[in-house]
Amino acid sequence: MADQEAVTGTSRVKRGMADMLKGGVIMDVVNAEQAKIAEDAGAVAVMALERVPADIRAQGGVARMSDPDMIDEIINSVSVPVMAKARIGHFAEAQILQSLGVDYIDESEVLTPADYANHIDKSLFTVPFVCGATNLGEALRRLTEGAAMIRSKGEAGTGDVSNAVTHMRRIRGDIARLTSMSPDELYVAAKELQASFDLVAEVARLGRLPVVLFTAGGIATPADAAMMMQLGADGVFVGSGIFKSGDPVRRAQAIVQATLNFDNPDVVAKVSRGLGDAMVGINVADIPVAHRLEDRGW
Amino acid sequence: MTASPLIGVLALQGDIKEHELALTAVGARTARVRTEAELAQVDGLVIPGGESTTMSNLAIRMNLIDPLRAASKAGLPMYGSCAGMIMLAAHVTDARPDQQTIGGLDVTVRRNAFGRQVDSFEIDLDISGFGPEPFRAVFIRAPLVESVDSGVEVLSTLQRGGAAGTIVAVRQGVRLATSFHPELTGDTRIHELFVEIVRQHS
Repeated sequence: MADQEAVTGTSRVKRGMADMLKGGVIMDVVNAEQAKIAEDAGAVAVMALERVPADIRAQGGVARMSDPDMIDEIINSVSVPVMAKARIGHFAEAQILQSLGVDYIDESEVLTPADYANHIDKSLFTVPFVCGATNLGEALRRLTEGAAMIRSKGEAGTGDVSNAVTHMRRIRGDIARLTSMSPDELYVAAKELQASFDLVAEVARLGRLPVVLFTAGGIATPADAAMMMQLGADGVFVGSGIFKSGDPVRRAQAIVQATLNFDNPDVVAKVSRGLGDAMVGINVADIPVAHRLEDRGW
Repeated sequence: MTASPLIGVLALQGDIKEHELALTAVGARTARVRTEAELAQVDGLVIPGGESTTMSNLAIRMNLIDPLRAASKAGLPMYGSCAGMIMLAAHVTDARPDQQTIGGLDVTVRRNAFGRQVDSFEIDLDISGFGPEPFRAVFIRAPLVESVDSGVEVLSTLQRGGAAGTIVAVRQGVRLATSFHPELTGDTRIHELFVEIVRQHS
């Protein structure tokens, strides 16, 4: 008889949970009704939050963790996993989310940061975390802190996919450069990436992050999702793009189909028809630098 | 008999790549299955881990659920891990009323039986026929087998706390299913067993 000692919160259990989401779409929802629409459309998980990024952007003010009642309501309304956002560095919000039983915490730049120097020590938690990154160094620093999944940051709440593209290409490009280096060059690479040497060496050997890499921030159409998947994303977060559009039900289904069939333009073309208005976009270039979310997190 | 069988991995969503790596490691060839035509090519099918609600939804939308059921009825060997076990189960409790499965495995499975993600765990299991070396099993929002019909062989049970004697691995002829994810650990014995089932069958 094997020694049957169950261990929770291991790296394998946390990272493995993200593996199960691969090829899927995770949708921002603000109530149970939207959560049901997302699940019916084939979302692989939902992100419970009080305001979608477009509204946070429009209304301003401090954006915080959602009301526990609202998170409970969403947890009780769907069978897919439920994620929720904590402010960068706000470990007490994360403790609350863990206590509520959310399946994944997003330590997110979409909310107003609580700590402008430190991120949450995610290794102390049983619940896994996903964090945003704009480049490989940032992604690896989050992994060292205990993140079990990475997403490109993009620029949330804009409907402008350009930053998601920039960040995904940068992360993938940084990884490609590591794989072409000789072992002795990896020490300097680790210094320049401001990341642990062991992780840098692991990425160089694997040719990818040791965790799942999703894309986020500005995905608004099936074509956006298909492009990001072709650029190497393992899956897609869609925030404001669905419920700020003219026909959320059809758009949600269409983005799920485009993510699944990202390499089949005939299918992406078919699902792109008759979706009504996309969310009203904001060009990232028109947003004052101080209001850009991509610079939150370090 | 095929020396190196072609094993399909249902490629709707989930940890497809990890199953492909495990299958390749034990000498099988792999192909992704997303259409009826692709399904017709393979000697056996793995249904990976993922979200069973989503996988069932996508199988219906991709018009794949009926071909999968027909393949199952026709005796195509199938192995399901976690969500894949749910997809193979004849009966599922605690699922959305509209969740559809492929069937072929005469068991009743409870979705998400161990709790939420914070309750996900890993543990050493004894698996029938695998010898004394324990199998490190990773359970992620995992299902369990509540009951089995006659003809279903229980390969492993989990002995822990309140869930003593829970069935977590079963075989019924050419069907194999595990609540856990052998594709995440590098231990390829489950995949080896499935490839052997496929070899014997072809």
